[in-house]
Amino acid sequence: MSRKILLKHIDVPGIRGLKAYRENGGYQALEKALKSMKPDEVTEEVKKSGLRGRGGAGFPAGMKWSFIAKPEGVPRYLVCNADESEPGTFKDRYLMSHLPHALIEGMIVSSFALGANTSYIYIRGEMLYVYHILEEAIAEAYEAGLLGKNILGSGFSLDLYVHPGGGAYICGEETALIESLEGKRGNPRIKPPFPAVKGVWGCPTVVNNVETIASVPHIVNMGGDEYAKIGIGKSTGTKLISACGHINKPGVYEIELGLPAEEFLYSDNYCGGIRNGKKLKAVVAGGSSVPILPGELFLKTANGEPRLMSYESLADGGFASGTMLGSGGFIVMDEDTSIVKNLWNFTRFYHHESCGQCSPCREGTGWMEKLLHKFLDGHATIEDIDLLWDIQSKIEGKTICPLGDAAAWPVASAIRHFRSEFEEYVKNPHSIKDVKHYFRINNLVEQ
Amino acid sequence: MRHKDKSEVVFSDDASALIAKIIKRYPVGKQKSAILPVLHIAQAEFDGWLSVPVMDKVSEILSIQPIEVYEVASFYTMFNLKPVGKCVIEVCRTGPCWLMGAEDIVKYIEKKLNIKEGQTSSDGMFTLKTVECLASCGTAPMMQIGQTYHENLTTNKVDDILDDYRNQGVCISHFAKDKIKA
Repeated sequence: MSRKILLKHIDVPGIRGLKAYRENGGYQALEKALKSMKPDEVTEEVKKSGLRGRGGAGFPAGMKWSFIAKPEGVPRYLVCNADESEPGTFKDRYLMSHLPHALIEGMIVSSFALGANTSYIYIRGEMLYVYHILEEAIAEAYEAGLLGKNILGSGFSLDLYVHPGGGAYICGEETALIESLEGKRGNPRIKPPFPAVKGVWGCPTVVNNVETIASVPHIVNMGGDEYAKIGIGKSTGTKLISACGHINKPGVYEIELGLPAEEFLYSDNYCGGIRNGKKLKAVVAGGSSVPILPGELFLKTANGEPRLMSYESLADGGFASGTMLGSGGFIVMDEDTSIVKNLWNFTRFYHHESCGQCSPCREGTGWMEKLLHKFLDGHATIEDIDLLWDIQSKIEGKTICPLGDAAAWPVASAIRHFRSEFEEYVKNPHSIKDVKHYFRINNLVEQ
Repeated sequence: MRHKDKSEVVFSDDASALIAKIIKRYPVGKQKSAILPVLHIAQAEFDGWLSVPVMDKVSEILSIQPIEVYEVASFYTMFNLKPVGKCVIEVCRTGPCWLMGAEDIVKYIEKKLNIKEGQTSSDGMFTLKTVECLASCGTAPMMQIGQTYHENLTTNKVDDILDDYRNQGVCISHFAKDKIKA
């Protein structure tokens, strides 16, 4: 369960550069694909591998590729979604800044499979230093004949560019990202048409997450069937989990899917347990959007089965008692954490990031933030809890893009599992004011 | 105001060359796509913010209407639409950082610089902004200055970092000035 694929060579000195990357097996998949495979055969291997989108939705990547329209004379595009901005998620930044060529090789192989001759990496504007790392690596790849015209003599040509965003969470949604790449505000599009038919500049487009694309060369190297043996059930392969919050060892971990949740949280190979000997209160297992689970429900399903780090096991019990693997943004909260205060922060975030197109999201997120502020200020009522529940239920599923759901789920799950904490703040308004999180900063001057 | 209108806005030769190179990355006729990278470069060239004359100049360069630039610049949070200090401090305030004390880092900087979030210090050196998750949750609390991530913050660390920038006294931008070349 400790198999490393994506991060196997991350500690090799100089691995950010082309030379060290190639010395450690880099660009072998590209040679294999270009010299011995047809584009559709690459897609077939990705299908066989069972690789699922690593950005959060978990949609089978090979299937997504197979939807791409191929009208005669119309260019197709591959766009990498490197707009990593789901709170709790920092795996793509880590991967790109340490192993830029892993993404670039994945982009070339995937573009070959899709028949794209121009591809883009849409990176968060805030990560401009990574933008420059990628640009340097791309320049190296051009220099070595791995990008540009007639790559490795195969007849396949590809231009690859990095495109910076400007600071907008919504641009992680693929149609908003496409709008943004076209130089517009990041307002999601109504689907259909799906990007595979009408994407950037009206052309067939596939948008994939960084980690998804970086996994493709490994699938080509080992074969889809072999890759599918890693992991558990329909959760094939390895997954990067970015762990943060009140744990001893925050960081990015590559796990084989199916690792027991308890081992991930408490083993010194991973999170190393809760900081300062505190008890576990709650876990947000897959980025801020997924339902929060109380510690006990995170470790064991409602049926008492040990929870595994896989798409299926984390979702076991539906939203009544389960959650989602999501993007792998793993946020741990200890016994001193106020769920309500944390929820206010998340809801404020979604209100700030709502693009404003759909009224349920635009108005609902702001309304929920205001209501949660009443709890913080100590004048909330019991009716406010029911009102919160009502509002979130009227956002979910009623918006163009999933940001509405992402804003609703944290509220619903917090009330579902921690209603007593909301009630306590109503009965005892001062108790929330006593909650402080800053004692963790060792040398902070009391104010 | 540094520029009265767009005729006074002149990009450096390096910036102009880089912009020309970036525009070529998009299909012919789709030069509007270059708007975000060009706005980053414009902000780095002209004191860390986008004035109306600068945005008008960008619309001219990209052959689009000024409103197409305004609506984009006002949508994305990295673009400052009013003057800022030489050094913009962007403290992450979202969930994971906040769980680790981001709120108090903000309060500490406010007290230290005698400003509130969104304001600029009286010497024009620092502007304090709070921003959303910067994908640095494992090293929380954190802040960004220019393109540099300052992580695992403590108040002592904040003191040292801000002293450093004050001593350098130079204008820091997201798009690093030494990267503005074709």
